[in-house]
Amino acid sequence: MSSPPTAPPQPPETRSGGLDEPSPGGGGRGGRLRGALAFLRNTWRGLTSMRTALVLLFLLALAALPGALLPQRSLNQSLVDQYFTDHPTLAPILDTLGAFEVFASTWFAAIYLLLMISLVGCVLPRALEYYRGARAAPVATPRNLARLPHHDEGDVAEDVEAFLARTRTRLRGWRRIERSEPGGVRTVSAERGYLRETGNLVFHLSLIGLLIGFAGGKIYGYEGDVIVLADGSEFCNTSILGYDSFRAGLQVDGTELNPFCVKVDRFDASYLPNGQPSTFSADLGYQSGEDLDAGTTTWRPDTISVNHPLRTGGDRVYLTGYGYSPQFTVTWPDGTTRSGEIQWRPVDRSTQLAEGATKFERPGVTDPVQRTNSQLALTGTFAPTAALDTEGDLASAYPGLRNPVVELNVMRGDLGIDDGRGQSIFTVDQAKVDSGELRSVARADLAPGQTTRLDDGTVVRFDGVGSWVNLQVGHDPGQLWVLVFAVTMVGGLAVSLSIRRRRFWVRVVGSGTGSRVQIGGLARTDRAGYGEEFDRVAAELLRPGHDTDISHGDTQKKDG
Amino acid sequence: MLVDPIMSLWSDRLFQGAVVVYLIALLVHAAEYVVGRSPSLRAAAPVAAGAGSASGSGSVAVATPPEGVTVGPVGDDSATSDESVRGRRSRADRYGRMAVSLTVLGVLVHLASMVARGLAVSRWPLGNMYEFTSALCLLALVSWLVALRRIPTIRTVGVFVLAPVLILMFLAGTVLYAQAAPVVPALQSYWLIIHVTTITLGSGLLLVPGVASVLFLMRRSGRPARLVARLPSADVLDRIAYRVTVVGFPIYTFAVICGAIWAEAAWGRFWGWDPKETVAFVAWVIYAAYLHARATAGWRTTRAAWINAAGFATILFNLFFINMVVAGLHSYAGL
Ligand code: HEM
Repeated sequence: MSSPPTAPPQPPETRSGGLDEPSPGGGGRGGRLRGALAFLRNTWRGLTSMRTALVLLFLLALAALPGALLPQRSLNQSLVDQYFTDHPTLAPILDTLGAFEVFASTWFAAIYLLLMISLVGCVLPRALEYYRGARAAPVATPRNLARLPHHDEGDVAEDVEAFLARTRTRLRGWRRIERSEPGGVRTVSAERGYLRETGNLVFHLSLIGLLIGFAGGKIYGYEGDVIVLADGSEFCNTSILGYDSFRAGLQVDGTELNPFCVKVDRFDASYLPNGQPSTFSADLGYQSGEDLDAGTTTWRPDTISVNHPLRTGGDRVYLTGYGYSPQFTVTWPDGTTRSGEIQWRPVDRSTQLAEGATKFERPGVTDPVQRTNSQLALTGTFAPTAALDTEGDLASAYPGLRNPVVELNVMRGDLGIDDGRGQSIFTVDQAKVDSGELRSVARADLAPGQTTRLDDGTVVRFDGVGSWVNLQVGHDPGQLWVLVFAVTMVGGLAVSLSIRRRRFWVRVVGSGTGSRVQIGGLARTDRAGYGEEFDRVAAELLRPGHDTDISHGDTQKKDG
Repeated sequence: MLVDPIMSLWSDRLFQGAVVVYLIALLVHAAEYVVGRSPSLRAAAPVAAGAGSASGSGSVAVATPPEGVTVGPVGDDSATSDESVRGRRSRADRYGRMAVSLTVLGVLVHLASMVARGLAVSRWPLGNMYEFTSALCLLALVSWLVALRRIPTIRTVGVFVLAPVLILMFLAGTVLYAQAAPVVPALQSYWLIIHVTTITLGSGLLLVPGVASVLFLMRRSGRPARLVARLPSADVLDRIAYRVTVVGFPIYTFAVICGAIWAEAAWGRFWGWDPKETVAFVAWVIYAAYLHARATAGWRTTRAAWINAAGFATILFNLFFINMVVAGLHSYAGL
């Protein structure tokens, strides 16, 4: 490397000794001892914590990466299963390492806990030091100003007092102190940019607050999903049993949910001609916890849509999914009828092709054997805008209801609902089909209003199509805190990074009728960019009246 | 009408126009580089060396240094030109100025393309990868021009800024291209405007330090020799990297926070470790590490430059790999 470093000589550690803390002229012995201790403490802090923090930050970045590159259980279990199928040897190994649940793994927790400790251990002492240092006078002028990274000197025509007066004016806004040295030498020490440290501390303290808020939300929060038909059906947040799926925080057992009720009246979706969705919304009514306590029976109206959840109490209700629910009426030969509407699940979200199983029990049948022979399941595929795919199967060409058709496979026999095992509402029990206890008795493609007749004379009618919505209920007591700390964090960051802590020293002594002036400058923290300001101020002091423009050069940069 | 086809066509044409103008600018920058390289090196070296800085040899203009003080690369205005190199120098200089003017022209055309796109679809033109990448390039070049105004000596780096931008533009115009169209409901939010605009701004700004850090590392290693000869001094590159990072990083932080606020309204949680969020977090942590490195002995320069380059690589990785291959909730319409 042939070129000598052009960067200003840096003190070995930002907050430790060296040029950074020029020794004051005549410190007492106690001061010196304290100085030495402070030096040791600073060095320890600088060398250990800063580097540790750096290493931990790297580890954190590295540890988070698999969370993006490997499928995660918390996001998509089926992708994880797929990964197991594709990589039968690697996947179990990764699994024992927790690679499919990175953000719940112990090693991830270990890293961020260490970082938290390091952060607290670093920031609290600094906050104290900051508090003490906030009122300290700027440090004394170093003996040899020519050794500083920024330096200038020259003669001025004014006498010392006049020059000092002008310096005071120019350095208004800087924290200053004037001192005298032997031989009629006067010095000015000025410092500016204390806000940098303030911003830095606000940033790091906010970070601690943010992480606590985040963790708190994870511990005391919950999230649940529930499908509700958009036909005036209701859902109440009273117990986790009401949910289709529920993810509880560590300290949530599901017994103390915030009560509130929601009634979904209507769902609307609109699409562009190419089938891309353009708007979704659900009209609903709700009763907040207070309403329920007060025994109110009316519903407060609201409309929720993507980006516009319902917020009530500490809970939020989101519209996160929707689909169709075909409506059927079954008329048995004896004239009894039953109507049914249940959600079918979309198999293709872009066209809303759906599949499902609407299940019926024949009314009035009490004999257990007969019951298990006469249960019906209307299974099949539903297309809101029917079309045929290349293999001649029913497909959907458009997600809106332009030409709804349901391709039915009617099954009769034992659905297995009495076995006490829960079963999917979207499918029939395959075991019953395999064992022959559930048999297909008719197939038909129906448009709304059309019917099909089974072998025993039962008539199945496709009445029409309703819709359902998926509501996601979220409760996160830490979220507001996270927001508040995130805002103060950015503020602190912006302040800290836009302000430079910098020092400016002047030493002046009378010479003839004028004065001889030496000026030095040092940027305490990162460095880059003080040169211009220094040059400007120095030029104004040394060459008043001259309109010197050297703002672009770093001409005063001292070579190391 | 949902999409104005004429406007959309104009937007595409202007986009192509901008690519062509940038390409010419790149070539002219390359010419500046070639013409200016060896002669000015020889002419300038003794003076610079006399002033104690061989690393300043990249500078073509040499001011009379104030006593005992090194001249870093300073302003390149003709006022300070040395007679003996004037002919060569002014030719290189002319090319350089031309390239910068072309870049400015390209930026204007590019901006017009984005405006036309916005008018064509009657929405903020940041709804898919194509628009996002286009805006990213635009902002990278604007921040480049701003940096250039403040530190004119970095002009020789033009090639290295325009080249990655052109690659990104090319990808945007081909692989990522999406027809002008309205956006899906999740993207219909003013948070889209704030989040995506600031993310673009932040990433566009961070492109500059990314490039500067890579050049810094090349400069430090001295290889490839022919290429690095006319680069600005390592010190200048280092300074650009730091100074643009400290502007870009808070904006990026702000953008990620806006994303979280938007996610809270759209997806039901403000942070869910979606792949895109995760990589944004990783990039953020890397930049935090960069800033820490700047305050840690032994990490200030070379290592910090590596970290900065890694940070930008992560942002690009997030933009391309994650969007196109992993695709969580964030996948945009049109890809
Ligand atoms: C959660 C981990 C941390 C993150 C994300 C983080 C982030 C940052 C960022 C972005 C900066 C630059 C902005 C500013 O100066 O305000 C910074 C500066 C700083 N951090 Fe941290 N930090 C973390 C932990 C720590 C720890 C554990 C320490 C203790 C050693 C520390 C000490 C510092 C110091 C001294 C600076 C000032 C550097 C300078 O003066 O340029 N940080 N940190």
